[in-house]
Amino acid sequence: MIALIRRDLALAVRAGGGFGLGLAFALIVVVLVPFGVGPETGVLARIAPGILWVAALLACLLTLDRMFALDREDGSLDLLATAPVPLEGVAAAKALAHWLTTGLPLTLISPVLGILLSLPPAGQPWLVVSLAVGTPALSAIGAFGAALTVGMKRGGLLLSLLVLPFYVPTLIFGAEVAGRGAAGLTLATPLALGGGITLACLGLMPFAAAAALRVNLR
Amino acid sequence: MADAASHLEVADLAVARGGVPVLEGVSFALAPGSVLVLKGPNGVGKTTLLRTIAGLQPPLAGRIAAAEGAIAYAGHADGVKATMSVTENLVFWAEIFGTGRDRVAEALDGFDLTLLAARPAQMLSAGQRRRLGLARLLVTGRPVWVLDEPTVSLDVASVAMFAAAIRRHAAAGGAALLATHVDAGLGTAAELDLSAFRAAPRARIAGGFDEAFA
Repeated sequence: MIALIRRDLALAVRAGGGFGLGLAFALIVVVLVPFGVGPETGVLARIAPGILWVAALLACLLTLDRMFALDREDGSLDLLATAPVPLEGVAAAKALAHWLTTGLPLTLISPVLGILLSLPPAGQPWLVVSLAVGTPALSAIGAFGAALTVGMKRGGLLLSLLVLPFYVPTLIFGAEVAGRGAAGLTLATPLALGGGITLACLGLMPFAAAAALRVNLR
Repeated sequence: MADAASHLEVADLAVARGGVPVLEGVSFALAPGSVLVLKGPNGVGKTTLLRTIAGLQPPLAGRIAAAEGAIAYAGHADGVKATMSVTENLVFWAEIFGTGRDRVAEALDGFDLTLLAARPAQMLSAGQRRRLGLARLLVTGRPVWVLDEPTVSLDVASVAMFAAAIRRHAAAGGAALLATHVDAGLGTAAELDLSAFRAAPRARIAGGFDEAFA
């Protein structure tokens, strides 16, 4: 499994790997929003947590469809399915590699993105915390969606439609944590609920993804 | 579990593609050191049979007995990552299968890839890429090779190289099951013509979970 994660990370940073695609997308959204809504810092600060979370979510979605599709196209998926690594492990490794190439970098640069949207300094740490807690769920749910649509050429549209409803709770609680953090309110409840969703997704989604892969390999 | 006398035993196997039965009543056994070549016209179900034996799809009926983790499968696609070098591709599979790096050198040597070792796989010709796909088999360290059209895009010299690898594998107690249209130069290999096992034409088996994914 470690070998698989390492390979996926190596492939992601090489030509055509898609590393940075999500980051660049989030950056573009964050840069464009002030042009769209106007530069008043009061308005920007209020909508910043929501915009940042939506940007993170869409950035995650952008690279999801390649999670299994590339391995399916070149035959690696068949070979991985017959390898000693269980498919659940393959799905978990793929989800982790996806998070390491999209969710984690986004979390790390989120304070910079927050500054661009005039997020109050008090909100910065909570933005990082909310993304760190929430984005693993995005990758785990995405692995399931990608596994369901792996057999399809250009399955991106269906994948987005399948996955987006499951992203909504994470988005609500994540943005709530960041928003309450910025406003200096208590945020234990949304943080706990968001963390709970992430843990449940991490526990369940690899099994669901593996089951979907098995059916799709037939 | 297979008994000690054979690596792989298939009894009265029926396989389906997309819900349509294509082969039924297939039975054979692969003893250590044996090579079996599956023959048959296009569409008879060679690939479906091999994928079923490799465990990628469930059989319709019948029994496949093989030891856990005995089968190494190689299909039409080579599973080669274009942006990784030849060595990196093989090292990856060696790590996945938990075999050592010394096997990688052996595999490079066995398919004459040593001079290409550092080259990115996207620079390989179709035949070189296929050789890399076959070299992966040596890296897996598994006793039963299940190969689907292994000689596609190989030239005469490479086919001979492949035949030599199969013979070495069989001599070391391994076994191989191949589907191929060409004479792979495996003089002593047994042959099985699958046209004799064609399933009787019948309606598609309706319903089921698979339909949603068809």
